Amino acid sequence: MNVIETQNLHKTYTGVVDVHAVNDVNIQIEAGEFTAIVGPSGSGKTTLLNMIGGLDRPSRGQITINGQDITQLSNNELIDYRLHNIGFVFQAYNLIPVLTAKENVEFVMLLQKRPEAERDARVKELMEAVGLGDRMRNRPAQMSGGQQQRVAVARALAPKPKFILADEPTANLDSVSTATLLDIMAELNRKEGTTFIFSTHDQRVIDRARRVITLEDGKIVSDERRD
Amino acid sequence: MITLIAWRNVWRSKLRSMVVITAVALGLLAGIFMLAFSYGINQSRARDIIETRISHVQIHAPDFKDEMKVSLTVPNGAQIIEQLRQDEKVAAVAGRLVVQGMLSNTRGAHGVMINGIDPESENALTRFAERQIAGKDSFIKKNNGIWVGAALMEKLGYETEDSLGNKDYKLRKKINLSFQRSDGQTQAASFRISGVYRSVNSKLDELNVYVRQDALAALMDTSFAELPVHEIAFLLHEQEVSEDSVYLASLGERFGDVQVENWKDLAPDIKLADESFGITVGILMGIILLALLFGIINTMYMAVMERTRELGMLMSVGMNKGKVFMMIMLETLFLTLIGAPIGMLIAYGLTLYFGSAGIDISAIAEGASSMGVGTMVYTELETAYYFTIAIMVFFTALFAAIFPAIKALSLNPAEAVRAI
Repeated sequence: MNVIETQNLHKTYTGVVDVHAVNDVNIQIEAGEFTAIVGPSGSGKTTLLNMIGGLDRPSRGQITINGQDITQLSNNELIDYRLHNIGFVFQAYNLIPVLTAKENVEFVMLLQKRPEAERDARVKELMEAVGLGDRMRNRPAQMSGGQQQRVAVARALAPKPKFILADEPTANLDSVSTATLLDIMAELNRKEGTTFIFSTHDQRVIDRARRVITLEDGKIVSDERRD
Repeated sequence: MITLIAWRNVWRSKLRSMVVITAVALGLLAGIFMLAFSYGINQSRARDIIETRISHVQIHAPDFKDEMKVSLTVPNGAQIIEQLRQDEKVAAVAGRLVVQGMLSNTRGAHGVMINGIDPESENALTRFAERQIAGKDSFIKKNNGIWVGAALMEKLGYETEDSLGNKDYKLRKKINLSFQRSDGQTQAASFRISGVYRSVNSKLDELNVYVRQDALAALMDTSFAELPVHEIAFLLHEQEVSEDSVYLASLGERFGDVQVENWKDLAPDIKLADESFGITVGILMGIILLALLFGIINTMYMAVMERTRELGMLMSVGMNKGKVFMMIMLETLFLTLIGAPIGMLIAYGLTLYFGSAGIDISAIAEGASSMGVGTMVYTELETAYYFTIAIMVFFTALFAAIFPAIKALSLNPAEAVRAI
């Protein structure tokens, strides 16, 4: 079953010269996929991810998530849609610096008003899964970049979203941290069945992806499945 | 969680937050203390003029204050005084004769208000004898004795000053008083200066002289059946009673054709200062808070700009606009409201301390005295004003939060999350 489906998706930035960041993109992503969207800088990876994530609106076309066309949602409905359906992992980790690792991981669940017992159990489970069970009380500044990104993955997974969008998640990490993070994400993808979509040009991520969609000038130029 | 994040955000940049907190605390401390000083002056002037001059309530014959005619004595004045002495609400009462006249000596003449007083009851009412600064006579014992204010003594040329600046006064000097009698004839009489007094108000000291009521009455007219009075002044046990219009009206009904006025009617400048103090609070605190407002906005605006990426992340993961707005609001409120109680508490403590110890302003005694202010100012401020100021601070903080919060809401999460 398709979790995400785009139809004739366009995004044009108008100016002195119109830029077609995404140009007639049609993709279908099924539940449980571990997909990398790759391409050179300016190929439209981030724009595509932003539109799927409800952070940006297409100029034309449809984005259907679990059968719902999200292009028809109002701004407030989009915020709610993001809260309850998507986990985000950012290139620069973007943890809340004044909160501990535990508090960061449970933050989205708190926004969802999940009960405390459920939050505590889920945070503990995920922090152990990302190998940081003993760093719950640490603040981001007390952790390495790799550890922070693992906390960010745990935060994204905590509310059990329909899919996770990871924008260049390994761009700031060394090779050891990248390998650890990819192992963790692959394991959680397998264990929890969570759909992962990456935008990346990191070959290490591309090598681990089971599907690689390549964009160039806003168009899909290849869609390779490795299952 | 929003509250927790907002609270911790306040302490992210400790130095910057401490600067704002200190500015708020110092601003409020300065503002409140200035108000307490000003309020202390107002209250002291009001107390002084009530306790030493006009009392809480005065009774006159109708039209006396407008026409100042010697013949306009209070009808049945002696009985009214007697009835007031029996009134359990009344603490002290005295009757006076008040006559406009000229005081002259060899150096010149001065317009004065001749007060004919009964020394005993006047002293019980206004503690007049306490203001004596020269003279052995215990409060106008003799019929031809007169007490003159220090400021008038200087004008009469009866003030001397030694090389050290110590002042002395020439007593037993003869001066002449002339005024119109109740029959319209001009009366002149000689008095000898038996005492010099000084109150906190040099202007009034220059104008008022005091003689015995019976001596003045004898000079005014001999046809009165009883000792006449132009003015009956009395103090109440509770000042609030004097502001009760029902009570004042009841006095009017009880004593017949007389004019009854309380201290606010008698001293409109004090009434104005008393009633306009709320406006003073608003203006002074408004200016201080306006200055603080810009500081707070600047700090919070910088905080929002520095946290663009974090705010972008919060909005990306599904934190709605209401919560983002609330977070910035709370952060601004915390930042402001930490400093406010500190400043207010210190101001309260200083007000209490200087309310007891007083602030010596003798360096500007001359100017202060011309305004009816003594050499010591005792700070005070009603508790209600602290609440008013607290509410003003709260709304200032809310107002200061609006602009940074709007800035935060205007961020595009997709762009903000990648901000450098």
